[in-house]
Amino acid sequence: MRYSALRIAKEALTGHKGWTPVWRDPDPQPVYDYIIIGGGGHGLATAHYLSKVYGKARIAVLEKGWIGGGNVGRNTTIIRSNYLLPGNEPFYEFSLKLWEGLEQDLNYNAMVSQRGIMNLIHTDSQRDAYRRRGNAMILQGSDAELLDAEQVRKEAPFLNFDNARFPIKGALVHRRGGTVRHDAVAWGYARSADSHGVDIIQNCEVTGFNIAQGRIKGVETSRGYIGATKVGVAVAGNSSKVMAMAGMRLPIESHVLQAFVSEGLKPVIPGVITFGAGHFYVSQSDKGGLVFGGDIDGYNSYAQRGNLPVVEDVAEGGMALMPMIGRARLLRMWGGIMDMSMDGSPFIDRTAVDGLYFNGGWCYGGFKATPASGYAFAHLLATDQPHDTATAYRLDRTLTGRMIDEKGVGAQPNLH
Amino acid sequence: MSQINRLSGGQLDRSRPLTFTFDGRSYTGHPGDTLASALLANGVRLMGRSFKYHRPRGVVSAGSEEPNALVELRTGARQEPNTRATVAELYDGLSAQSQNRWPSLAFDALGVNDLFSNVLTAGFYYKTFMWPRAFWEKFYEPIIRRAAGLGSLSMEADPDAYDKGFLHCDLLVIGAGPAGLAAALTAGRNGAQVILADEDFTLGGRLNAEVEEIDGTPAHLWAATAVAELQTLPNVRLMHRTTVLGAFDHGTYAALERNADHVAAPAPDMPRQTLWRIYARQSLLCAGATERMIAFQNNDRPGVMMAGAMRAYANRWAVTAGQQVAVFTNTDNGHRTARDLAALGVDVVGVIDSRPSATATSAALGDYPLFAGAQVVDAKGKLGLTGVTIRRADGSTRTLPCQALGVSGGWNPNVSLTCHQRGRPVWNDQIASFVPGAQLPQGMRVAGAAAGLFSTAEALQSGIDAARAALEALDLKTTALPCPRAEDGAYDIAPLWYVAEGKGRKWLDFQNDVTVKDVKLAHQEGFRSVEHLKRYTTLGMATDQGKTSNLGGLAVMAEATGQSIAETGTTMFRPPYTPVAMGALAGRAAGKDFKPTRLTPSHHWAEEQGAVFVEAGLWLRAQYFPRQGETHWRQTVDREALAVRRSVGVCDVTTLGKIDVQGKDAAAFLNLVYANGFAKLPVGKCRYGVMLREDGIAMDDGTAARLAEDHFVVTTTTANAGPVYRHMEFVRQCLVPEMDVQLISTTDAWAQYAVAGPNARKLLQKLVDPGHDISNEAFPFMGCGEITICGGLRARLFRISFSGELAYEIAVPTRYGDALMRELMTEGAEFDVTPYGTEALGVLRIEKGHATANELNGQTSADHLGMGRMVSTKKDSIGAVLSRRDGLNAPEGVRLMGFEALDGETTLPAGSHLFATTATAQGASEGWLSSAAYSPHLGKSIALGFLERGQDRLGEVVTVANPLQGQSLKARVVSPHFIDPEGERLRA
Amino acid sequence: MIIPHPLLGPRDAQEFTYLGDAGLINRPYWLSEDAARAFHDYLYLRDNPAGQHRELWFHEQGDRSWLVVTRDTTTHEILKVELARDVALARRGAA
Repeated sequence: MRYSALRIAKEALTGHKGWTPVWRDPDPQPVYDYIIIGGGGHGLATAHYLSKVYGKARIAVLEKGWIGGGNVGRNTTIIRSNYLLPGNEPFYEFSLKLWEGLEQDLNYNAMVSQRGIMNLIHTDSQRDAYRRRGNAMILQGSDAELLDAEQVRKEAPFLNFDNARFPIKGALVHRRGGTVRHDAVAWGYARSADSHGVDIIQNCEVTGFNIAQGRIKGVETSRGYIGATKVGVAVAGNSSKVMAMAGMRLPIESHVLQAFVSEGLKPVIPGVITFGAGHFYVSQSDKGGLVFGGDIDGYNSYAQRGNLPVVEDVAEGGMALMPMIGRARLLRMWGGIMDMSMDGSPFIDRTAVDGLYFNGGWCYGGFKATPASGYAFAHLLATDQPHDTATAYRLDRTLTGRMIDEKGVGAQPNLH
Repeated sequence: MSQINRLSGGQLDRSRPLTFTFDGRSYTGHPGDTLASALLANGVRLMGRSFKYHRPRGVVSAGSEEPNALVELRTGARQEPNTRATVAELYDGLSAQSQNRWPSLAFDALGVNDLFSNVLTAGFYYKTFMWPRAFWEKFYEPIIRRAAGLGSLSMEADPDAYDKGFLHCDLLVIGAGPAGLAAALTAGRNGAQVILADEDFTLGGRLNAEVEEIDGTPAHLWAATAVAELQTLPNVRLMHRTTVLGAFDHGTYAALERNADHVAAPAPDMPRQTLWRIYARQSLLCAGATERMIAFQNNDRPGVMMAGAMRAYANRWAVTAGQQVAVFTNTDNGHRTARDLAALGVDVVGVIDSRPSATATSAALGDYPLFAGAQVVDAKGKLGLTGVTIRRADGSTRTLPCQALGVSGGWNPNVSLTCHQRGRPVWNDQIASFVPGAQLPQGMRVAGAAAGLFSTAEALQSGIDAARAALEALDLKTTALPCPRAEDGAYDIAPLWYVAEGKGRKWLDFQNDVTVKDVKLAHQEGFRSVEHLKRYTTLGMATDQGKTSNLGGLAVMAEATGQSIAETGTTMFRPPYTPVAMGALAGRAAGKDFKPTRLTPSHHWAEEQGAVFVEAGLWLRAQYFPRQGETHWRQTVDREALAVRRSVGVCDVTTLGKIDVQGKDAAAFLNLVYANGFAKLPVGKCRYGVMLREDGIAMDDGTAARLAEDHFVVTTTTANAGPVYRHMEFVRQCLVPEMDVQLISTTDAWAQYAVAGPNARKLLQKLVDPGHDISNEAFPFMGCGEITICGGLRARLFRISFSGELAYEIAVPTRYGDALMRELMTEGAEFDVTPYGTEALGVLRIEKGHATANELNGQTSADHLGMGRMVSTKKDSIGAVLSRRDGLNAPEGVRLMGFEALDGETTLPAGSHLFATTATAQGASEGWLSSAAYSPHLGKSIALGFLERGQDRLGEVVTVANPLQGQSLKARVVSPHFIDPEGERLRA
Repeated sequence: MIIPHPLLGPRDAQEFTYLGDAGLINRPYWLSEDAARAFHDYLYLRDNPAGQHRELWFHEQGDRSWLVVTRDTTTHEILKVELARDVALARRGAA
């Protein structure tokens, strides 16, 4: 069913009787060519591109709960292509270009909104680092602007310019960055994949792999055994648990990241703003809530909830940066599980098991990568070759010393 | 027309009138009123507009769960959006504005949305606005955003202060209704440390809203007596106006106390609110229950409210929302509302009880028309209820004129805090609602209505029992308390979630405008899991977080799927229990107090000199010292840098990290920590060292000085003082626990100054006490020692140089730092001694090719820094093994080099990327500039940077690409040591 | 969270800095055969269990002890706390 304004009008006149489920609810087949474990953003995007772009059939997405229930449904919705390192920037630029055409590709309005991202600068050396990054972005085909303090004041006069502990000295602005309605991404990809014949199977938890002679044969699930030629794992938050079933240890620790939303407020914040002297970033949703976050709690956790010190740290950053939000109220806080890799960058790679592929380690930055991650993973599954923009995301890069460490903090996941 | 709906009685101070305004109109109320009760008293039912359709709305509750009556409270910088009128205490001069309407509350232009409701169904926006592509951001979204949100911020900085505090207790009792008061009395009389917190300004919970007796006393008076007793107990802390927001790990609770929200502005030097972190060994949740709506056609008319709220307004606040009222109920509970209002002289036009069994003899509590087995099928009155249409058991319809309708669909225990650690509530058929599950936060118990025990007698008894159980768990003494006599009626509910009759909209989530139809549409489209339902329809995402709406939505979905509500489940309950001001979560950490400010020992002296300061982490450091006549910072910095090269300068370097390393194995320890060798460093000598992380990347550099066989002083960069210390303790405690070595950070203990320049020695010789020979022969380059200066003051002297000049760093105990700086200036006058700041320090170190944080950025290896050979292969050191991986020391990797602007003059911007001139400046670059400066000594622009195969490219001209600022420059690759590469100055 | 420090009693986790898996105590011998691989696995690979996890916390704003905390990563319940130095010494003794 094609979505359009006309269709809505027609349904409105006929009592909305014609709407059908956005995706089917099929029972699993005994065997598939491709099984994607994980019905989150990346898994569903993989299924979409695998079926639509690479023309593959007999594909299933297995989801242990309900689709979109992981990090794609609990993030701060930011998209951007503002990376420094050559291993990253082309990939995220590819992702942003896919975002820019997403609604037409999916016939689903995920509300991609490129209202811009402003990374604030508070010290001279930070300006040097951002200049290096901004130049890398432009050289790799993205966009960047360096603003001085007065230009920032013009764009965001509500920031603390007059009584700041760490004065605002400028900003790196990425105009094409922005936000997306996160849940709609999962639903849009699911709807498209489903319409291309992909079986999206909810409440189907993978409990084991069938591996023989170093080759994947299928998966054990809570809904029975399912055979497969190729299996791709995209289970952010559970990567270590799932891959342990295939006997693999990963360069990943799972951490909790909290995020927050305020009560609905009349629009005050145009795009995304990040504080350069504290852990705080913020945007405002189309519903009016301030959506904000900060640092990860900093300890291993699968609990999907955090603790007070980080809540307070984030609020302190917010008040230091924009003291006009003092009387805005925080409405809800939540936590997600971040698979933090050892260099802060992800993996899209084959594994030691033939036919078993891994996509993970997205730290707290997986949402913006959703389209490119799905595309590149589909490419890898279909061709056995890494996608051009994802050649650096190898599992063995720590062995060869070719880490992709944007923050420069080394093998300590909670600092990335 | 003043307080036309005020009744007799109530818990108000009628001797004092309070004047307030709503939307500019003046009204009066009394102390004890909330804004909502005072507005109702004055006949105001229309208090807000809904989010999506801008439907006119009135107050539905009498508590913090209110979804409709949200206002902007106060004016100017104190304007507070989305404030629930139901919890805003009335004070004289209060000013409130309605919100989310234009031009006025009674006439709202966006009310037009309501006409299009058939198009604007749940999730309609996902299906449209896609064509043409560019229109979403340029056209559709701006329109949607203009309509977004509820109230507005003032956009001015919050003028009030907030505070934080920490409390410890044996038992935290959350909620001061009958269960909470009984529990606090039990634990308090038994001597336990008790905190009793309640969000209301009067303790007592429902006891203040009901007409009943405890031990023969009116319930609200019993509560007041209990509170009075608790106040006399030194081991009990009563916290009214305090909401427990969340249950965190290991018995930690967050609570918000509203210190000054009940007055126009906080008293001077007083906080508006305080965020408490409460460490409770045990806790008891007595948070009561929230009444729920029955959805029917137009059940959102202003005047339709919860029956319990209607009763609370009448009994506690002596207010009725109308002179004629009706009640719609599916429990006996609704009849109490009819009874109480009738007793106060209000015309109860009827009780519509959906239970066919509710005959006058079984359910009725008074002489009012009872319609058993009947349902309300419609409500009339756009801006305020004028009447309801009912369908009677016999099928006939009838219209009852009324200005208010109390609805009781049953009560939902407030289980929120029991679920903050991912516990799930369980379904209870008896009360047709969810009650706390077995998996509770550590140390938590639940009593009273929160546990699904709805009678006052059960609440009291369960409070006493739970308090005793908590004390027993702590091995504290417990003596049983006699349970007071109280009402013990049964709770008889026949679940009714929505009225089937009628094609109009039946409202579930009032604020977000979610209707029964929306839930059914979500089901039709496959959004059947509760999380999908919530996200697709926005059910439960309003400012009440579903307190008044979720269960109704779940019930409709359960019906559609054919599952039970228990199988359907709930969405996650998350903190905070009620929304909390950002300012309160930040506390005092705002403005300049965001972070502590560390000042160096010479700070006040530098201020006297008119220094310009710069933030360096938490430190403030002198950036440069402008002199009269200097109009640009570069003039000052050039002068300072040249003065060092020509004569002598002094710079405060106290901020560098200092770590004292002592013990028999100190040398062996440093030999492991540093990549280069330290085992054989002689006493009285310093050595430059580089530390690697275990992954082989350079972590920090600095010098270590050996003051004795078993005593070293390690210096770190300013930024890494903490991390390096932590790392060294890790190595000491976790990797070499057998070593005899101790560490202590002495960064704050010693004031340290760099004295640099050809006249550095001559200056210091004037201060150093006789008997300490600091001649070049006795105290050569990289010498160190403990000396005395200025007649016996102990000091440490290190002959090390960051500038490349003959230089020393001299350290004295911090309290002498200021005096030493002044002494250096006095004694140095004859050499024209020049204080220099961090800018000149930067110029000097770039000229000398010393790396700092811009180069040691956590991505560069020793090899990249040109120090690859320092990583000893003859010993074990942290990071050595992994530093040998290809990616970190391949010949084609980057190398730290110097760069000179080809034209000499143009600034080379740090952060520019480098390309061979033969290549197009596009894609991945061959390197970047990390630090740049104008060198007054060399008279040209120079830079340090990393370039692939840099060591083989000396003399090559490269492109310096800075497209960010529209620049493409040329620079020559040179040695990073721009001055004195042989080190003759150092050794002079 | 509250960490029961073996010497100082219950302390708020905010006083501590977290490092990660306590396996970082088991640093390989630098001259061991295949040291490169051993150091790689030691530094980078993690069990990352959903359940009991032994991990290193540094009492930075306290007595500067490194602690080995055994904690359930699904509930945050703390099951055991030891001085890392004792754990490291015991390992030496066992080796």
